[in-house]
Amino acid sequence: MVAETPTGLRPGFPDERGRFEEFGGQFVPETLMAALQELESAYLEARESQEFQDGLVHLLRTYAGRPTPLYFAENLTRHCGGAKIYLKREDLAHTGAHKINNALGQALLAQHMGKKRIIAETGAGQHGVASATVCAMLGLECIVYMGAEDIQRQALNVFRMRLLGSEVIPVESGTRTLKDAINEAIRDWVTNVETTHYLIGSAVGPHPYPMLVRDFQRVIGVEARQQILEAESRLPDYVVACVGGGSNAIGTFHPFIGDTGVSLVGVEAGGEGLDSERHSATLTAGRPGVLHGAMTYLLQDDQGQIHETHSISAGLDYPGVGPEHSYLKDVGRAQYLEVTDSQALEGFHLLCRTEGIIPALEPSHAVFHAVRLASQLSPDKTVLVCLSGRGDKDIDIVAGAGGIEL
Amino acid sequence: MSRDRIKETFDAIAQQGRPGLIVFITAGHPDREATLELVPALVEAGADAVEIGIPFSDPLAEGPVIQESSFLAVQQQVSLQECLGMVAQLRDIVPDTPLILMGYYNPIYNYGLSRFAHEAQQAGVDALIPVDLPHAEVRPLARECADHSVHIIYLLAPTSTDESIEAVCTDAGGFIYLVSLTGVTGAREQVSERGFDLLDRVRAHTDLPLAVGFGISNRQHVERVCEQAEAAIVGSALVRVMLESPRDELVERASRLVSELAGKSIAAVGESA
Repeated sequence: MVAETPTGLRPGFPDERGRFEEFGGQFVPETLMAALQELESAYLEARESQEFQDGLVHLLRTYAGRPTPLYFAENLTRHCGGAKIYLKREDLAHTGAHKINNALGQALLAQHMGKKRIIAETGAGQHGVASATVCAMLGLECIVYMGAEDIQRQALNVFRMRLLGSEVIPVESGTRTLKDAINEAIRDWVTNVETTHYLIGSAVGPHPYPMLVRDFQRVIGVEARQQILEAESRLPDYVVACVGGGSNAIGTFHPFIGDTGVSLVGVEAGGEGLDSERHSATLTAGRPGVLHGAMTYLLQDDQGQIHETHSISAGLDYPGVGPEHSYLKDVGRAQYLEVTDSQALEGFHLLCRTEGIIPALEPSHAVFHAVRLASQLSPDKTVLVCLSGRGDKDIDIVAGAGGIEL
Repeated sequence: MSRDRIKETFDAIAQQGRPGLIVFITAGHPDREATLELVPALVEAGADAVEIGIPFSDPLAEGPVIQESSFLAVQQQVSLQECLGMVAQLRDIVPDTPLILMGYYNPIYNYGLSRFAHEAQQAGVDALIPVDLPHAEVRPLARECADHSVHIIYLLAPTSTDESIEAVCTDAGGFIYLVSLTGVTGAREQVSERGFDLLDRVRAHTDLPLAVGFGISNRQHVERVCEQAEAAIVGSALVRVMLESPRDELVERASRLVSELAGKSIAAVGESA
């Protein structure tokens, strides 16, 4: 048993085949297999290396602004009249979202492997910005693939990436959203695999990505667990996080998995409602299949073609989900449910007005559910919510939804 | 035991001492009828075997040309069941030609592995090329296919480790598909020299025929590759001609390219550039 490092990296699931029971694995063209093996050994080595860990911890503290605070949302709690709500403030991390944790970890790993060219995909643009930021700081070339549709929805983040010296490549194929950006990034990686590291932004893709993204995001849950113990002298009753690919959720959940008294709740994007077919609620409404290198729950038609998805938040607009979430769902350790576009907007406005925090639309889904949950619970209960990002990038969408043109 | 058309075909190619030619088209592109017309015409034009692509919404190993054909076929909702139906119809028309399905795992997984293997055998499918199943993940499907005399065609790439080359050579049947370069499918100006290094590495471990694909688009490429391999595989160059042809000239222009690739005609030089 390896002692837990300050970043919370530790061995465990997946198994040596990269599986979480039947989920996960390496469903990729043969060309990529050697690169995945190289990445896995480099990562396993880095995980045990004091020098690598110290370097990462140093940057997380001095560059990314960790630890992020755990904030007791007193006004929101009063509004609900039930359980206490705590917010894990990933929105206060550098670049405004939890994505920086993983981007730093993987970019250091790429440096460690001697790869100077980084490719990334992005949906909402938060991971693209985090990657562009880290690459600027470490002097790495950065190319970001982004669906043409998302480029329109997230113009601010596109400009930020370009300011940071990254190249943003619009993806016009398929549905022109996150899944197609991942396809295109994989195509680039197949072509340039020997010089390039693919910096995946969520806990998805072939092994070892779900493991290493989870490990780099675990810092959220490790800190939050310690912080809530300090504040409440006990563990929370519920931990709530939004789930698209599921990186902030798995990072928050993972250190609590052994705490059987803590209920883990993943909130998916219900879009315009599950009946409308315009949603991204993969675990709630999908079934297992293989996409982007992993066996996991997917939104697919009866022919096994991948569905077009919808969410008001680009970061949740994805037809797959990290394989570890599929596992947690099937073994019943975590519960997954959906919150619609309009409910997420309600959560967004409520947090703005009660706490003076403008959240991203992704965690607004989690906020809505936490409010709904807290209202039904007694005041001696606590609900911990991962506030995975801030909402500046979504202002245009929120304005548009309210019929306001900025 | 059903016939092994792949072995018969490669034996014939070896006897005749000529390059083998395998061509790829996407099922149902540009329409279902086209596939049924094209396959016999391409065989007549000189294709030794035909790969029929199962359309998929997320073909992540493909370049823009095959992506486009797959996208168009998915839009027309061409199903895996229909692909099997097409092979069954074609089987009677080209009784001796290997018909090989190529595709991504999800539609097959969704269909059911056992059901797929059973119906593939019934339809007369000779082999399956699962693009996104490396050796480590192929076992459940390979077991079903072996029970139904459908070969799994393995892919190897310049980046393949010695361990995976050995593992593939131990389990392979039919032929082995060598990816000539690190990249997606698509016509290239030149044949990648890295493919030859791979050929040597694989040849040391197997007596099976080796076919080289990715980036091969003209007769010169076919001849160059077949100095060392038993066959060349051409996909994107053919699909591009199909994308560019009016429907009423489609079969003729595709056939012209294939006969040029097969060294039977030089009439269509301008078409494939």
